[in-house]
Amino acid sequence: MTRQICYEDVEERTEITPLAKVATTRMLVQWAGASGDFNPLHYEDDFAKAMGVGAPIVHGALKRAWLGQLMTDWIGGEGQLKKLSCQYRGMDYPRKMKAREEPHDGETWWCKGSVTKKYEDDGEHLVECEIWVENGKGERTTPGSALVALPARSGK
Amino acid sequence: MAEGSLITDELRKLIGVPSETIVFKVEEGAIQRYAQAIGDPNPLYNEPDSASKTKHGRLLAPPGFTGWPVKAERPAEKMFELLVKAGAPPRVLDGGVEFEFIEPIGAGDTLAATPRIAGITERETRLGKAMFTTIETAFVNREGNVAVKSRSTLIQF
Repeated sequence: MTRQICYEDVEERTEITPLAKVATTRMLVQWAGASGDFNPLHYEDDFAKAMGVGAPIVHGALKRAWLGQLMTDWIGGEGQLKKLSCQYRGMDYPRKMKAREEPHDGETWWCKGSVTKKYEDDGEHLVECEIWVENGKGERTTPGSALVALPARSGK
Repeated sequence: MAEGSLITDELRKLIGVPSETIVFKVEEGAIQRYAQAIGDPNPLYNEPDSASKTKHGRLLAPPGFTGWPVKAERPAEKMFELLVKAGAPPRVLDGGVEFEFIEPIGAGDTLAATPRIAGITERETRLGKAMFTTIETAFVNREGNVAVKSRSTLIQF
């Protein structure tokens, strides 16, 4: 188990520990079932073409959920995620499956972020972060932000 | 109504009016399946026994999970039907979401959500002229406290 991160450990531009994800068609099926989003945009070729996005795309909400994991992994059990937002700017296309559990070679997505501001307010030690999902080309398809409260070593 | 505007008078009338309240339960299995679908092994979302020994006292829902079908998106879907009926373009994409997490949500909780259209704008996009609708939803727990607030954006074109 990693050590709990504290307010004193971060400064502006501190990097959030990146999180790697590989979107696959299989994962999109699983996400549809778990989230209740059965929009054919995420599994039907012709429908996705007619929508103008070319091919089935990764659910925006799945990318948002990855960003949630990025933050909760980073802040640990004593940190508190207070706000999370993101915009689905660029389309992401899942890797197809080669075998039951194995995707074809292709893109890996990275959830990343860094601290933009830290301040105390009403006894809370708050940290604002810029976060995003970037595709295999390094393009930020899903930019966003987060606000967290971290424990302070000073114990205040 | 401006010449060529997507925002009809019918649509304008929907702004600010709360839609019906949806009540739903947060189930343990639904939380686990959701965490698995994210690929998040956090024991707080996956292991009821160890989660019940934490300060939360129960399996916790990952941020953004508010019941199945995931209701932050579900009210948006209901709203979408309402918008199309009022003349909005039928093709829809999810534009993004802002969450404010106020109280934790966990297995066994009951939540009531009342979505409301906060605003409608339009602009030119890659996909042509598109309408952007902001839907605000407060998720209220059994204690009567707002646990989560969301602001989702629907893009219709």
